[in-house]
Amino acid sequence: MAVRPRLPNAWDFIAAAAVLGALMGIAPAVRGTLAPISAAGLAAVHLDPAALPYYAIRTTLRMFAALVCSILFTFGYGTLAAKSRRAEMILVPLLDILQSVPILGFLSFTVVFFVSLFPGRVLGLEFAAIFAIFTSQAWNMTFSFYQSLTTVPPDLDEAARSFRLSAWQRFWRLEVPFAMPGLVWNTMLSMSGAWFFVVASEAITVGSHTWTLPGIGSFVALALANRNLAAIGWAIAAMLVVILIYDQILFRPLVAWADKFRVETTAAAPIPEPWMLALLRRTRVLRLGSRTMGAVLAGLGGLRLAPRQSRAPISLTQSRTADRLWLAFVTLAVALALWRIVVFVSNGLTLAAFGETLIDGCLSLLRVLTAVAISILIWVPIGVWMGLRPRVARLAQPAAQFLAAFPANLLFPLIVILIVRYRLDPNIWLTPLLLIGTQWYVLFNVIAGAVAFPGDLREAAANFRIRGVLWWRRVILPGILPYLVTGAITAMGAAWNTTIVAEVASWGHTTLVARGLGSYIAQATNDGNTAHIVLGIAVMSGFVVILNRLFWRPLYEFARRRAAPT
Amino acid sequence: MDTMVAAGVAAGPLLEVQACRKAYKTDAATELLVLDRVDLRIIAGEIVGLLGRSGSGKSTLLRVVAGLLSPSGGEVRWRGVPLVGPVEGIAMVFQSFALFPWLTVRENVELGLEAQGLPAAERAERTEAAIDLIGLGGYEGAYPKELSGGMRQRVGLARALVVHPDLLLMDEPFSALDVLTAETLRTDLIDLWSEKRLPVKSMLMVTHNIEEAVLMCDRILVFSANPGRIASELKVPFPHPRNRLDKPFRQMVDDIYAVMTRRAQPSGRQIVTPAPAFGMALHPVSTNLLAGLIETLAQPPYDGRADLPALATALQLEADELLPLGEALALLRLAEVEEGDIRLTDAGRRFAAAETDTRKAMFAAALKAHVPLAAAIRQVLEERWNHRASGERFRDELEDHMSPDYANDTLHTIISWGRYAELYAYDEETDQFSLEEAA
Repeated sequence: MAVRPRLPNAWDFIAAAAVLGALMGIAPAVRGTLAPISAAGLAAVHLDPAALPYYAIRTTLRMFAALVCSILFTFGYGTLAAKSRRAEMILVPLLDILQSVPILGFLSFTVVFFVSLFPGRVLGLEFAAIFAIFTSQAWNMTFSFYQSLTTVPPDLDEAARSFRLSAWQRFWRLEVPFAMPGLVWNTMLSMSGAWFFVVASEAITVGSHTWTLPGIGSFVALALANRNLAAIGWAIAAMLVVILIYDQILFRPLVAWADKFRVETTAAAPIPEPWMLALLRRTRVLRLGSRTMGAVLAGLGGLRLAPRQSRAPISLTQSRTADRLWLAFVTLAVALALWRIVVFVSNGLTLAAFGETLIDGCLSLLRVLTAVAISILIWVPIGVWMGLRPRVARLAQPAAQFLAAFPANLLFPLIVILIVRYRLDPNIWLTPLLLIGTQWYVLFNVIAGAVAFPGDLREAAANFRIRGVLWWRRVILPGILPYLVTGAITAMGAAWNTTIVAEVASWGHTTLVARGLGSYIAQATNDGNTAHIVLGIAVMSGFVVILNRLFWRPLYEFARRRAAPT
Repeated sequence: MDTMVAAGVAAGPLLEVQACRKAYKTDAATELLVLDRVDLRIIAGEIVGLLGRSGSGKSTLLRVVAGLLSPSGGEVRWRGVPLVGPVEGIAMVFQSFALFPWLTVRENVELGLEAQGLPAAERAERTEAAIDLIGLGGYEGAYPKELSGGMRQRVGLARALVVHPDLLLMDEPFSALDVLTAETLRTDLIDLWSEKRLPVKSMLMVTHNIEEAVLMCDRILVFSANPGRIASELKVPFPHPRNRLDKPFRQMVDDIYAVMTRRAQPSGRQIVTPAPAFGMALHPVSTNLLAGLIETLAQPPYDGRADLPALATALQLEADELLPLGEALALLRLAEVEEGDIRLTDAGRRFAAAETDTRKAMFAAALKAHVPLAAAIRQVLEERWNHRASGERFRDELEDHMSPDYANDTLHTIISWGRYAELYAYDEETDQFSLEEAA
């Protein structure tokens, strides 16, 4: 290639401005985290729209700090679970449970823990918030990574082994690249889901203490307490801008870039190059920067850090006794933990209280199921209509993902005002709040399913003039079923978490409570009643796990088998 | 004299496999023998072919030699040292290419050198040399998905050659390619080999293509299946380049066909108890193909008898595809296969002349009489009060005699044959066999 003078082009100026602007924005935010707690005390948050950019940056930094933690956790946990058969026995079911536990319920424990780690510093609160966000992001990323590691194509595995890559080289050359498409997709989902927790984790009340951190979440909490509709409007706008920015400059390019890691060796339909990726690839300065960084990273990945794998795995008979010992050890540990829980909970609880929570659970389940059913009824026809029209789908899918990030608590005012005005029963009418957060998961999965529906099957259906109910029943619904089930499972998980926030809605001094497991946990958190929190979380996890095992998993397996091409 | 001895040591065997045995545990008590008493010796300067049907254990042997699998018994020595895992002097070319889709051609080729920890400058130089040697110049920056199958396998070859292996292993390297591309690649490789431009001392290749083996190898080891053993060893005396149309070449191909269709000789020293016929593995062969082959054999050019190599050429089938067909027909007593020939039996001729319903009846009768598994399924169904039985039950029984994969294949085959014969019905959703409702 001919060497041309490296004159800056127009893209360079734009890029430079963006980089400088970002630096100027981040610097004060970072300084703020090191301030003593009194300076960032309770009155630190103002309902002034001018302060919102600063709050937005603080919140975004928190989310990305949590994301970095999630990625590190994913690499460590996922690798351990995939590499060690014994660790796998524990780590995978544990992950399954962690995925289904309502994380919001734990907030009160973790805040107290982290604040006591850094007494008198904002840093402790920051860590507590970051940890809360982390717990909302990490599990699905880890699961996706673990699944990728266990499905590495056997021929690539053999190639890596026969060329004797070290464990470190194998990780960066084979395993991480292979896991990349799934990981990027799950990272995007995690970021969407995290917004919900940001709003909940920046202003936390445990017993008599209330902690606030400057951020969009605490801004919203204050606006809700002060009945300030305009401020809520500003907060929504700020959030939308933040999501739009990181979506455009981070995730669109990431998704396009991750496409090269797909293993299908046939070239797929090209996706248009996002402008940010174009910027990185076309701008001379940025290209030089990203190339250098890429080369350094590639060099790091190529280092022979670990000893090379040479020995074939040891025989199974040898390790069988060790397996038994391990299993016995695990059983003992679990029994001990169970015993501790029983002792702990039984100190403050009666069997009757347990029965009450079960009833609460059933009420919440009814709400969750209603919300999912309604979203399916509404969004399946619309999603199919959109998905079968490529131009509409291209616009609608990112929009649906974007809307999925929208935290339900921002719509509390609207619902509460309506309920109070028309004297409605909160037990029924708080359910729409569940719907608001969860319907989008159904929508964008249905769109994805309809987009992927084979063209020849559509043509065949049209050719035999299959229309109306028959078309829905025999053609499109079975075709999109795996996607629909995925969407419903995700929606259901989100809905359970939402109950903790949505069964208790406040607007100023008006607080509406719907009876259910969510409001039970929220109430226990407010009272600082640990035994009740543990019980509530345990019962909710039980509901989630049982439903997943008995209903969703078999349904998903069935759908996948039926829809598999011949 | 001393120099002679020294040269003799240097040219001594690269690889020695002695009494190699590989078995997989199927159940607590039973095990499945894949390789049994295999001896193999490779010296510098030869191309050795492992020829056999799919499932004869030749790929397993290749992976044992590569250090990817450890043998259950026997010994593998590389340059006199016991082999315990992948070693530096052995590189492998894969049937599916096994290229990393996220690495460019250059990065894929460089991978093996990177694993050895060579400095960047030396890596670049050797990578470039290997890419040019194998005819990939100009494609360095391309990703595998941009390349055709032939180009991809060239990358696979370059990636193995760049580490300068003493022994190059190839696992059916050309079988995923179309005929023309495969032929170009074969001749290119043999040309480089004859001109001594390949940085390897010897090659060991697995193939199921008889002509390919005769075209490329100096020595061919023919495998028999169940368990995999070396049935015979043939030296190929022709110099390169070889001509497929030469008479001795054709004769050798015919001879190998004869060896491969010969019935396995029962050996007196067999330790494993002979599996009852119930546990016989069946290749997934479609009834359409069987009927088609019978019709073809019954018609004029063959009139009920054909030479297998000629038939394979005429039908554009490889030995690996044709032989299971012949075996299935032999099992059903519709044809006989011997010494490289296939001959229709009287039943086979009647089948060819019959209408669909008669054919189904004949097929059903043949299944009941000669395929114990089909007969057993039918009998169980007749004995049960509700005429239903779970597929799991038969799968479990089969797995006592064969690997889970083969058990699955066998069950699939028996389901499809039984459906054609209308001997029984099978519901995939519930994994249940049942008797066909009398219409």
